[in-house]
Amino acid sequence: MIQIEHLSKTFGAITAVEDVSLSVAEGQICILLGPSGCGKTTTLKMINRLIAPTSGTIRIAGRDTAELDSVTLKRSIGYVIQQVGLFPNMTVEDNICVVPNLLGWDKTKSRKRAAELLEVVALDPAMFLQRYPCELSGGQQQRVGVARALAADPPVMLMDEPFGAIDPINREVIQDEFMRIQRQVGKTVLFVSHDIDEAMKMADCVALFHDGRIEQFGTPDDLLAQPASEFVASFMGGDRVMKRLRLMRSVDVASQVPPRQGGSPAQLVVKPGDDLRQVLSQLLGCGQDWALCNDSEGRFVGYVHQADILARLADHTTPRVH
Amino acid sequence: METLRFILDNHGLISLLLGQHLFIVALAVGLAILTGVPIGIAISQHAGLRRWVLAFAAVLMTIPSAALFGLMIPVLSVVGYGIGVVPAVIALFLYSQLPIIRNTSTAISNIDPALREAAIGMGMSTWQRLRKVELPLAVPLIMAGVRMATVINIGIAAIAAYIGAGGLGSLIIRGITQTDTRQLLAGALVISVIAIAADYALYALQRLLTPRGLNTSTLIARRLEEATT
Repeated sequence: MIQIEHLSKTFGAITAVEDVSLSVAEGQICILLGPSGCGKTTTLKMINRLIAPTSGTIRIAGRDTAELDSVTLKRSIGYVIQQVGLFPNMTVEDNICVVPNLLGWDKTKSRKRAAELLEVVALDPAMFLQRYPCELSGGQQQRVGVARALAADPPVMLMDEPFGAIDPINREVIQDEFMRIQRQVGKTVLFVSHDIDEAMKMADCVALFHDGRIEQFGTPDDLLAQPASEFVASFMGGDRVMKRLRLMRSVDVASQVPPRQGGSPAQLVVKPGDDLRQVLSQLLGCGQDWALCNDSEGRFVGYVHQADILARLADHTTPRVH
Repeated sequence: METLRFILDNHGLISLLLGQHLFIVALAVGLAILTGVPIGIAISQHAGLRRWVLAFAAVLMTIPSAALFGLMIPVLSVVGYGIGVVPAVIALFLYSQLPIIRNTSTAISNIDPALREAAIGMGMSTWQRLRKVELPLAVPLIMAGVRMATVINIGIAAIAAYIGAGGLGSLIIRGITQTDTRQLLAGALVISVIAIAADYALYALQRLLTPRGLNTSTLIARRLEEATT
């Protein structure tokens, strides 16, 4: 869906982005991750040409974006920024209708679309359509920001640290909410973040940036299990093995092999969707070496053995860097 | 008391002078809005240019009005308008520039850069961004500049009576030359009252033009009302 080849950007003598290539398949979330000043936001802004590339090509759905008019290109891409940037002089409805209006949609059609989208982002249209941005909480504003970016149903969304300004508790909520929305709309998303937990949670693929270059591009598990360099290993953190556990769920390791006879009785019941870090933590907490995995209706799914969890971590056997 | 009686006895004359006075001020401020707002927008994104333009407008403001009227007599005499309404309007127009240009450029350059980025990122053209986002947000500050220009000019217009522009200044001049306190006070009083009234009226207009989303207190009141009904 998006192919970036040999993209570079220099500002005077400073090279902000150097020879970046990556491709993102349709419907995937690709997170551009890295410390501040690493070129990830510049890369994102070159995609909708808020910043003009110095060299390299960007293709969206096979089309070289350099051939498109800059305004047309921007209107065809959803764009969400950290500061949200809702227009305070417009109601929620008018904010969502900005791009449809620019595209000359019929009024009734764009209004209907605004109401639909509020439903999608879990805000009651009857209550919120006529409100002004100053009447919304930070989290509500960002939901409207997402709805606004989705308004003209663009196939590609660019998100620049969209949840960075939201407090940690609400950030988790809105991340889950966004993943739910994404399952519904299936956009191709490029998402800038400096939060490794956010990246591990949401990404299908991660491009880890360092000094304007991509240090490693791969799935979250690739980066955690096989960091390509010293920098990747240190950025992913000393606890990257534990972070890998968060990417796996108990259903992934549930087996039909019962615990050995004479072992301790079942004390722990987990759900199929629980991540393995949580399960392992509970197992260690109660001194057990296995747990029962039952679904939400209490039906038996399998046994989760501590040994199987540990075996999973050994899958990507020897990491290249220690 | 005598002054009040004078005003009542001569209300015909006074309304005529009042009309002249307001006409000169309204014309000058109206023209100043037409030039000052675009200039203010144009300089808002260029810090260097902004400094020079504002410095120039400030210099204009420091020229004493009597001197400015005097300067214009020889200049405008060439085209036959040395005295009267024309030089008066031109002088007031020049005095209006500073508050209007300064407030407009401050309002536009103070707009949250995130809004500008969002607008550009969504594909608004410069003109669309100005019309749909930046100007509506700048209204309160631009209007504050217009109010300031109007109040200043209502005062300065009194001096324009010296160059035959008419207006309520005529009463004051006559009051001085004839040592008639009633006329002097009547002129001064009416000028003060219309300056205050104009400020209030323009404030009401400002409230009307300000987008509802910027007025947090009325929004809260509206929600409370909705909640109770």
